[in-house]
Amino acid sequence: MLRAAGELSITAGLILLLFCAYLLWGTGVYTQRMQVQLQQELGEKHALPKIELGRAVAMLRIPKFGRDYHYAVVEGVDTEHLKKGPGHYPGTALPGQIGNFVVSGHRTTYLAPFNRIDELKRDDEIIIDAAEARYTYRVTSQDIVEPDEVDVLSPVPGKPDSRPTRAFITLSTCHPEYSAAQRLIVSGVLKKTELRKE
Amino acid sequence: MYGWLWRSLPGGTGAKLLAAAVLVAVAVAVLWYAVFPLLEPAVTLDEVTVRK
Repeated sequence: MLRAAGELSITAGLILLLFCAYLLWGTGVYTQRMQVQLQQELGEKHALPKIELGRAVAMLRIPKFGRDYHYAVVEGVDTEHLKKGPGHYPGTALPGQIGNFVVSGHRTTYLAPFNRIDELKRDDEIIIDAAEARYTYRVTSQDIVEPDEVDVLSPVPGKPDSRPTRAFITLSTCHPEYSAAQRLIVSGVLKKTELRKE
Repeated sequence: MYGWLWRSLPGGTGAKLLAAAVLVAVAVAVLWYAVFPLLEPAVTLDEVTVRK
């Protein structure tokens, strides 16, 4: 009896370990596949893109994380969208537009695109490659906020009543790592726009 | 439980080992591809959005 209980406990422990491995690495397989699809979509876009839920918006690059760091940003921030990659908040500004371009991404699961955004410091670059132009944002600050602090999404981040005159970017992910207790917010402002040559 | 399982596997030690390995692989595959994807949404260790 005792032996069976022991064996069951050990088995349960092993299954839990396996589940953790699945969360950290197994979930990324789906994201990887979706990213290939979304990035292909981005490559095919010629005219101005039509933004639709679940479709690609633009390519996100962060030079600090190396040349290989690039993710297709998907439209939408529901669970199904964030599984595909970093998601753009519907209704917030589009890349380069006046207002706030807000993108949320996973920090530990589903390829963990925003795993290292806590390393972004003032003046680091965040590049958004859209169909019409390359927008380079400059990081201005990093904050830790409560999960219901929706002011960070406003057109002027943190000032819901102000009218925007500049193009901002906001990245959000979970904080601390492996927890849903708070959110890590990285803010930036548009520094340079390079229109694509036809 | 495992003792009984081991004794009920047929054949010599080699065959038992092989059968055990296959059983473990099947169990892992079922968990990984069928059970874990169902459980995953219930785990909210990676909530990334800000909302009311």
